[in-house]
Amino acid sequence: MLGYIFKRVLYMIPTLFGMSLISFLIIQLPPGDYLTSMIATMSDSGQAVDPAQIERLKEIYGFDDPFYIQYLKWIWGIVSRGDFGHSFEWNQPVSGLIWARMGSTLVISLLSLLFVWIVALPIGIYSAVRRHSVGDHVFTFFGFIGLAVPNFILALVLMYVAYRYLGQSVGGLNSPQFAEAPWSLAKVGDFLAHLWIPIIIIGASGTAALIRILRANLTDELHKPYVITARAKGLPEYKVILKYPVRIALNPFVSAIGWVLPHLVSGVTITAIVLNLPTAGPLLFRALVSQDMYLAGSFILLLSALTLVGMLLSDLLLALLDPRIRFN
Amino acid sequence: MTDLAEDVVLSVENLSIDFRLRTHILHAVENVSFDLKRGQTLCLVGESGSGKSVTARSLLQIVDRPGSIVGGRILLRNGSEITDIARLDPDSRTMRAIRGRRIGLIFQEPMSSLSPVHTIGSQIAEAVRLHSDLDKRAARAKTVELLRQVEIPNPEQMADRYTFEFSGGMRQRAMIAMALAGNPDILIADEPTTALDVTTQAEILDLIKRLQVERGMAMLLITHDMGIVAEVADEVAVMRFGRIVERGPVDAIYHDAQHPYTRQLLASTVKLTRHVEGRVPAVAASSQPPQPILSVRNLGKTFGWHGRTNSLRAVDDANFDLYPGENLGIVGESGSGKTTLGRLILRTVEPTTGSVVYRNRDGGQVEVTSLTKKELRGFHREVRLVFQDPFASLNPRMTVKDVIGDPLIVNGLAKGKALEERVAELMRLVGLDPMGMERYPHAFSGGQRQRIGIARALALDPRIIIADEATSALDVSIRSQILDLLLDIKKRLNLSFIFISHDISVVRYFCDRVAVMHRGKIVELGEAEQICTAPQEAYTKSLISAVPNPDPRDKRMLHRHRFVAPAN
Repeated sequence: MLGYIFKRVLYMIPTLFGMSLISFLIIQLPPGDYLTSMIATMSDSGQAVDPAQIERLKEIYGFDDPFYIQYLKWIWGIVSRGDFGHSFEWNQPVSGLIWARMGSTLVISLLSLLFVWIVALPIGIYSAVRRHSVGDHVFTFFGFIGLAVPNFILALVLMYVAYRYLGQSVGGLNSPQFAEAPWSLAKVGDFLAHLWIPIIIIGASGTAALIRILRANLTDELHKPYVITARAKGLPEYKVILKYPVRIALNPFVSAIGWVLPHLVSGVTITAIVLNLPTAGPLLFRALVSQDMYLAGSFILLLSALTLVGMLLSDLLLALLDPRIRFN
Repeated sequence: MTDLAEDVVLSVENLSIDFRLRTHILHAVENVSFDLKRGQTLCLVGESGSGKSVTARSLLQIVDRPGSIVGGRILLRNGSEITDIARLDPDSRTMRAIRGRRIGLIFQEPMSSLSPVHTIGSQIAEAVRLHSDLDKRAARAKTVELLRQVEIPNPEQMADRYTFEFSGGMRQRAMIAMALAGNPDILIADEPTTALDVTTQAEILDLIKRLQVERGMAMLLITHDMGIVAEVADEVAVMRFGRIVERGPVDAIYHDAQHPYTRQLLASTVKLTRHVEGRVPAVAASSQPPQPILSVRNLGKTFGWHGRTNSLRAVDDANFDLYPGENLGIVGESGSGKTTLGRLILRTVEPTTGSVVYRNRDGGQVEVTSLTKKELRGFHREVRLVFQDPFASLNPRMTVKDVIGDPLIVNGLAKGKALEERVAELMRLVGLDPMGMERYPHAFSGGQRQRIGIARALALDPRIIIADEATSALDVSIRSQILDLLLDIKKRLNLSFIFISHDISVVRYFCDRVAVMHRGKIVELGEAEQICTAPQEAYTKSLISAVPNPDPRDKRMLHRHRFVAPAN
């Protein structure tokens, strides 16, 4: 088992290398660079642009170097000093910007994942066992709403409800008075009060999808002979179902770990912008628009790394859960 | 409350079970009555869909919805009292205490009747603890003891293994151990050996019989195989369309059957234990020395890398000839390489070594192993395959016309009106009404679907048909019909057959010569009659003697010839 984990981690290195190369390449693909977009913005607003200063900036940032030199400089900085480069737009090191954002992204991801699990598991089991009952139809109805309604619309509705009826300050993860305050019990409470809206919204479509998957999987398993065997032993019905078919239908739950993070970053960027969440999505979006290449590249690289870790975790958990995978 | 006779443990009286379907009510079981007696075996025989499994499950109240008991009583002796199971709530504590504790259940699919994600030991220990107050350690000891009783070697280690690490026979032993965990006095075995090889089947039946005698259990054995019934039953109940048509002691049923259905069932079983009468093997019939239509020489297939320890010789040095108009049988147990051999001939699996020479219509010889992809297609037109599973081998989204006509369309041989006429002709040839051409496969029964599969194989006027377990998914009466159909078609179209099967009786009935395969090797090749009555090799002897004999006065299986495989 240890050998297997080691092998998987080892395989991650070339994958990461490839991903960094591709992400860097994609960022370089659009014509121009940060300076051209900056000059365009400055000219638009009527500011004078000093050609000498631009030349100087170009030299500092190495925009005239060929692609591979720029890439090598960047990747070498990361590997040797943990230096992800400089964000032009924010005028500060990328690493400082990134860690705070990645932290909140991770927290929201994990909490959404928990939310998805806690809600989807009982509903999925209920829907499969009492298939075509009134309850199942109700859950199916809401499930399809969750799948069909765009997340950001749901976000707007929930924000309205929270503001109008619950009197909460909405948007972001903290109320204005706590935004700059150090962490305290009151701030944690405020944080939690803000958290439910993004978690419900980000989890909604995932929950709906997992309920459908679990319902379908479990329906297949419920009539397998091994369930009848368990029943014929004399086990109570709830134990029969929870111990045997649910255990086997559980695999997609674990696989969810692998996809929830990339989903959070790329799938719900609009939601995050609407909700003004300090997650990676909006920042990455802005970095791409303004061609802030080191910031964008570092984000993509880190997110790929996290996704790989998520995949590894879900694979390991799957192997733990299902001996058939373990022994192959 | 009525009294039960002294030795009766469970009595079923006028049991009826209905399935409330959306459009109508299906009477799955009607007015069924029988008694289970201590230390005795009642066999419930019937073909698929006769309601025998539902009857067995109702004794435990585990009939799946929408089925429910609508009438009758199931009386279980409970010490001095008598409980009516039919009146108990399926979810009640009393009912759960009967499951496993009073009545144990073994059933057919050893592959899927145990959970794949729990160890064998934990599944058995769970049953042990459910019906006793043993702690974990004691339950584990009891589990190991049970595994030992069902003759699983190294029970301590095997208890921690998973089902997929067990062979089919071992799984069925584990299943039996689990059924015995609660020390039941009634054992229900629902087709316990149907999915197993004949030699394994004989061992499992031996084991069940021995445990039953040791523990004095009453047994309800459900099967479709009249041979097994003759070997193990004390009493027999024959079921058809949800009713018991005849019931009586085993000897009376076999030698003095009253009901026409019982006689028909017996006749189709006994018919298959003999060679077709009045048939002269094609080889002997011709005056000149015949030319083989297909010659297989030194054919072999190794999976995995050569020389590596984990490489598997699926087929090892196979040699045989197939003559025009001949039926050659290939028998063997699962894993013997018989299916791979069939595929090697068609080259759907590439052979590692050897040659296959095919003599085409003009008498020219074709080396199949060196054909190009395009030439292979021509070869596949002349050598067709009939599959085992009549349900999985037909695309449910294609009409029968599309299924049968498909080879003609693919090869650009017919379309439009001509195609329709050809399909109709083929359907008539296999005994189907061409009116059904536009219907989908689900509208047909298993036997009819197999006829569709045969019609598809015949569409291109082949010269050789390779039938891989073509009748093993069918009920015995349908099975003999299909075999007769194949014999008839063979005569009319001058075909040669390679008939791959694990079922000795089918091969004996259908084939002129038989090759017996064991662990990838052909161990014996000879006339069908000789192989089945006077086998020479030790393995063949054990195989033949393990086949249940449908005559309770001559229980062949009990004093069978045992074969211990030499270690590799």
